[in-house]
Amino acid sequence: MIKIRGLRKFYGGVPVLDGIDLDIEAGQHVVIIGPSGTGKSTLLRCINFLDHADEGTISIGSLSVDVSTATPKQIKALRLATSFIFQNYALFANKTARANIAEGLMVVRGWSKAEANKRADDLLQMIGLGDKGDAYPVSLSGGQQQRVGIGRAIAADTQLMLIDEPTSALDPEWVDEVLQLLKRIADENRTMLVVTHEMSFARQIADKVVFMEGGKIVEQGPPEQMFTSPVDPRTRHFLRKTLGTM
Amino acid sequence: MSVFDLGYMVGLVPVLLKYVPLTLGMASVSMALALVLACLLAVVRVVRVPVLNQFTKLFISFFRGTPLLVQLFLFYYGLPQLFPSLTAMTGVTAAIIGLTLHFSAYMAESIRAAIIGVDRSQWEAAQSIGMTTAQMMRRIILPQAARVAAPTLVNYFIDLIKSTSLAFTLGVTELMGAAQKEAASSFLYFETFIVVAIFYWVIVEVLSFVQQALEARLSKAVAR
Repeated sequence: MIKIRGLRKFYGGVPVLDGIDLDIEAGQHVVIIGPSGTGKSTLLRCINFLDHADEGTISIGSLSVDVSTATPKQIKALRLATSFIFQNYALFANKTARANIAEGLMVVRGWSKAEANKRADDLLQMIGLGDKGDAYPVSLSGGQQQRVGIGRAIAADTQLMLIDEPTSALDPEWVDEVLQLLKRIADENRTMLVVTHEMSFARQIADKVVFMEGGKIVEQGPPEQMFTSPVDPRTRHFLRKTLGTM
Repeated sequence: MSVFDLGYMVGLVPVLLKYVPLTLGMASVSMALALVLACLLAVVRVVRVPVLNQFTKLFISFFRGTPLLVQLFLFYYGLPQLFPSLTAMTGVTAAIIGLTLHFSAYMAESIRAAIIGVDRSQWEAAQSIGMTTAQMMRRIILPQAARVAAPTLVNYFIDLIKSTSLAFTLGVTELMGAAQKEAASSFLYFETFIVVAIFYWVIVEVLSFVQQALEARLSKAVAR
């Protein structure tokens, strides 16, 4: 169970996150939608402490962190409990596809090199890149790089996957393969918090849809309700613009 | 009357060759130590380690701001005056210390620039999987910065090799010191210093080949 309470983040006095309360059940897939610049990505980044929120608490399982007093040890614990899939893949440019997946297992989680490489090879097989283990990121297509990014994020079986607009930096031809893979791993009972602009994908994988605007959660609910009969006029307005319906 | 003694020059080659290992030894040891120190200094500057950062700025400012020869004299002739135990320090040791500190200051700034040039996403990816700053630097950031900094660092190594010639002012008989002695007894200054110039030139040319190989190796991850 993941609980976020009263999360606030300011940039130069302006709130980007303005009191976020959010619950995510184990195995649940929560999708955040909303206009650009409303703090969706910032929320994900604050959970992983890539950005430091100013107020609030983040609880993942038995770990509970007050962000305003978080110690380096707590930050590391939060990072080990979560994994991040980046919009721009962010594969380590100096590491092969295999090493990108094995690196965290080996260096941070203390796996042996052989174990970590075995896990990486199994995952590469699973994501359809079994023959690309020795390839460096620069020689992979955008779609392949993001699949390795997904492999890196699932390697350690974290309690929460943070997925930040996983297809928005991709050429249209690669979007589908990445979404297919994400759907497949969503079926494996993983807990996910996803920011996406792909509404049909959101509809397919979400157990809960959260609509954010102006650093606040405006409305949340099951996808069938959110996509067909949202209550708040702002949600309706956003969905009308993005889906062209309602 | 001959103004140019070719036979003497040829005869000088085996004599001077004996001093090449000392020159290269001093240069290599200084370079290795300077690289380690420069990486530490650069990381301190980039991560802005409190107190150490201020000290590092001062260190770099001093060693870039004063001539190498002055620094060498300060270490070899000056410091033993304050600390008598340092009288036992040999000229070679003093030269290695001086070259290391001097070149680490320059190299730190090149490495710092290269570190800053590594894409932000690389830092974030390393942090997101829970790496410590030291792990991130050593495994992700510095290797990528090395590729960018390599040509500049080889340039500093070339400069460093030639700067070992200053060690002769500390009484070290290295390549330049040996040439100086030979010239003083033969009075054939032109021939002697042409030969010693060619020695340095050849060493640097060989190094340029190594540089190309090194750059090719470091570029492996970016070559399609």
